[in-house]
Amino acid sequence: MEEGVVNEILQGPLRDVFDSKQLITDISGSGNNWAVGHKVFGSLYQEQILEKLRKSAEHCDCLQCFFIIHSMGGGTGSGLGTFLLKVLEDEFPEVYRFVTSIYPSGEDDVITSPYNSILAMKELNEHADCVLPIDNQSLFDIISKIELMMNSGKLGTVIKPKSLVTSSAGTSKKRQEKPFDKMNNIVGNLLLNLTSSARFEGSLNMDLNEISMNLVPFPQLHYLVSSLTPLYTLADVNIPPRRLDQMFSDAFSKDHQLIRADPKHSLYLACALMVRGNVQISDLRRNIERLKPSLQFVSWNQEGWKTSLCSVPPVGHTHSLLALANNTCVKPTFIELRERFMRLYKKKAHLHHYLQIEGMEEGCFTEAVSSLSALIQEYNQLDATKSLPVEDIPRLSVAV
Amino acid sequence: MSIVTVQLGQCGNQIGFEVFDALFSDSHCPQKFCSKRENEAYQASCKERFFSEEENGVPVARAVLVDMEPKVINQTLSKAAHSGRWKYGQHSHFCQKQGSGNNWAYGYSVHGPRHEESIMNLIQKEVEKCDSLSGFFIVMSMAGGTGSGLGAFLTQNLQDQYSNSLKMNQIIWPYGTGEVIVQNYNSILTLSHLYRSSDALLVHENDAVHKICAKLMNIKQISFRDINQVLAHQLGSVFQPTYSGEGSFHYRRNPLGDLMEDLVPHPEFKMLGVRNIPQMSENSLAYSTFTWAGLLKHLRQMLISDAKMEEGIDWQVRPPLSGLPTLGKMPLTKEFHFNTSIANLVILRGKDVHSADLGAFKDPALYTSWLEPVTAFNVWKTQRAFSKYEKSAALVSNSQSLVKPLDMIVGKAWNMFASKAYLHQYTKFGIEEEDFLDGFALLEQVIASYRNL
Repeated sequence: MEEGVVNEILQGPLRDVFDSKQLITDISGSGNNWAVGHKVFGSLYQEQILEKLRKSAEHCDCLQCFFIIHSMGGGTGSGLGTFLLKVLEDEFPEVYRFVTSIYPSGEDDVITSPYNSILAMKELNEHADCVLPIDNQSLFDIISKIELMMNSGKLGTVIKPKSLVTSSAGTSKKRQEKPFDKMNNIVGNLLLNLTSSARFEGSLNMDLNEISMNLVPFPQLHYLVSSLTPLYTLADVNIPPRRLDQMFSDAFSKDHQLIRADPKHSLYLACALMVRGNVQISDLRRNIERLKPSLQFVSWNQEGWKTSLCSVPPVGHTHSLLALANNTCVKPTFIELRERFMRLYKKKAHLHHYLQIEGMEEGCFTEAVSSLSALIQEYNQLDATKSLPVEDIPRLSVAV
Repeated sequence: MSIVTVQLGQCGNQIGFEVFDALFSDSHCPQKFCSKRENEAYQASCKERFFSEEENGVPVARAVLVDMEPKVINQTLSKAAHSGRWKYGQHSHFCQKQGSGNNWAYGYSVHGPRHEESIMNLIQKEVEKCDSLSGFFIVMSMAGGTGSGLGAFLTQNLQDQYSNSLKMNQIIWPYGTGEVIVQNYNSILTLSHLYRSSDALLVHENDAVHKICAKLMNIKQISFRDINQVLAHQLGSVFQPTYSGEGSFHYRRNPLGDLMEDLVPHPEFKMLGVRNIPQMSENSLAYSTFTWAGLLKHLRQMLISDAKMEEGIDWQVRPPLSGLPTLGKMPLTKEFHFNTSIANLVILRGKDVHSADLGAFKDPALYTSWLEPVTAFNVWKTQRAFSKYEKSAALVSNSQSLVKPLDMIVGKAWNMFASKAYLHQYTKFGIEEEDFLDGFALLEQVIASYRNL
């Protein structure tokens, strides 16, 4: 809802990738206000957005899913973004809605981000098929780790001449890097790997609709923690390829998750492993057998693994692994978000900015919080089953 | 008589390719131990069953390829075309742009009715190319969405439209530790539906074939291609031509009909498994020699002790002594899980095949009490060796060996069902809890029936 970022893209090296007719901008932005994004710009731009969406959809032989990429803490991404979810659900009910959401980290600079996030969460709960939460702090930690590896000098690292993103002039000079570029690159790679099996051939393909089918056992529990190995960014640093098995181990460590979470010490409802490159089914099975004992799966899904093998590795690597987990370790993020929200809400701080928008009232806030609390409660219930012994449910008995 | 193969889903198509390739390779394998005329008769019989002729002499597989997304079919078609030796028909495939999402309900209730006409038309065309039709061989997996759901739907359709032809479904049992999270649900629904509409279910377990690759073939980094090739080898040794009777030198004309007659005496018992001996890497083959006595002894023990390959066989297991009351022996056999059979078919291929002694397979103790070995046991032979194996034996059996895996899948699915997990994904497309319950009930019945043999 403001022009700066979109204009930059249009002048950058990828300007030809985007269809200029498919861009919508406004002037003043949403002022970090979910209500402005959702209610004001929502109704203002609904028709326009719908029209452009329909146009894009017509170009598709078979439309399978929408990717919504936004942040939770701001106004446009959070407000208008979640408004669109409802629109998509009404207009294209059979098309999956995958949402990649950037959650605000502890020290983020938008004061009202807890309000925006909680209000957005309610929409995500109700209208998204699948959400991949990511937070900036984790991305930042990952980047720092990479830089540490680069600068340690022990590994004799070399910056490869081919960058993942080259300027349209094709020079090998590193282009002007913006502060968030490296972090965003990781998210970009996440989406790349997610869709790799749908784009390339492999011995065990996985389509996007299979992700929702396998990883969402109950409609409300559709938050997936993601981790990517090996780690790499824009600069395509030539870290020596670690052993294949190490790649699998890393995917489950808390340092590789794209959100602050420790899946190993929480309960798994389901887990998907998407492997790219020269990896065969025996490697996959060996590693699953190896890692299984250290992971806790819910009692009714003890073998809750979904796997896929894509033969084409990412650029510059021999293999890579994307792990998506439906795990109760998302709970702390939500709890923390709720706490930050309550701290502001109790004082009614900044509330007037929201309430002055037509269609907003305090009820919206209380509803949003209870929606989140209900979700947290679901996760609590699951966690409670963690330590219980697995019960054998009596089978159907038949007359012989 | 000819067999029309229907390849469904990624698994079905990948395997189907390897099967036709194995059939073709074997058919054209240079033979040392049989006459030229014999070999030509064999080749002609194989061709009649599985290939039809094209104008420029390249045989075309009698197959229909179906998948809901295009990548695998494209790959399969081009692999066959590039080999230059055989190929698939140009218009024998059907695919869509979007897969079934591992959702049985989507494959069965959405793709099935939507594409019924197109697919049945393709099959009709293939059937018309045959002088006479022995039946259908449907290759599919249980764990996914297309093979399993659409496969169940199509089998039912074939039942309705071609009620006089036989249907054998080649089912791939997924790995125990998941390839797909909802594989147990998909398997329950597939098996219960197929049990009603198919004539026989030939089962291959990924876990078992994987072990064969690891232990017998010595493959280090096992890929799906390796697994499929072992599977294709086993299927080839069952489906390639054999003499039509004792003393005859003509090849039998109706393989599917004969298989059903020999192996499925009662519709309650339809689950068949294959064991094959010997099976090893080509390098080892050069240094090995076999006798029929040795091969058959191993094969019999594999059957009794329910081993899937010739390594690690438990020689302690013995059949209960026939004639004696089972009271004294029961605990022992129960402990060692003696594998009782309903019917067995041994297929022998190779040098001196007529000298093989099969007496041990005719022991009534191997079989359930309500069948005599003379009906329950059959043997097919040919002097023409299979592939590079001077002597090879295959055993197709209808026995208790699939009870344990079936029981496990039903158990896991039931557990998940009790928590109602993932059910919303199925009810979305019209498969309700009732349909699941029907499936469970049918399969519990099958398990109980087999257990009581």
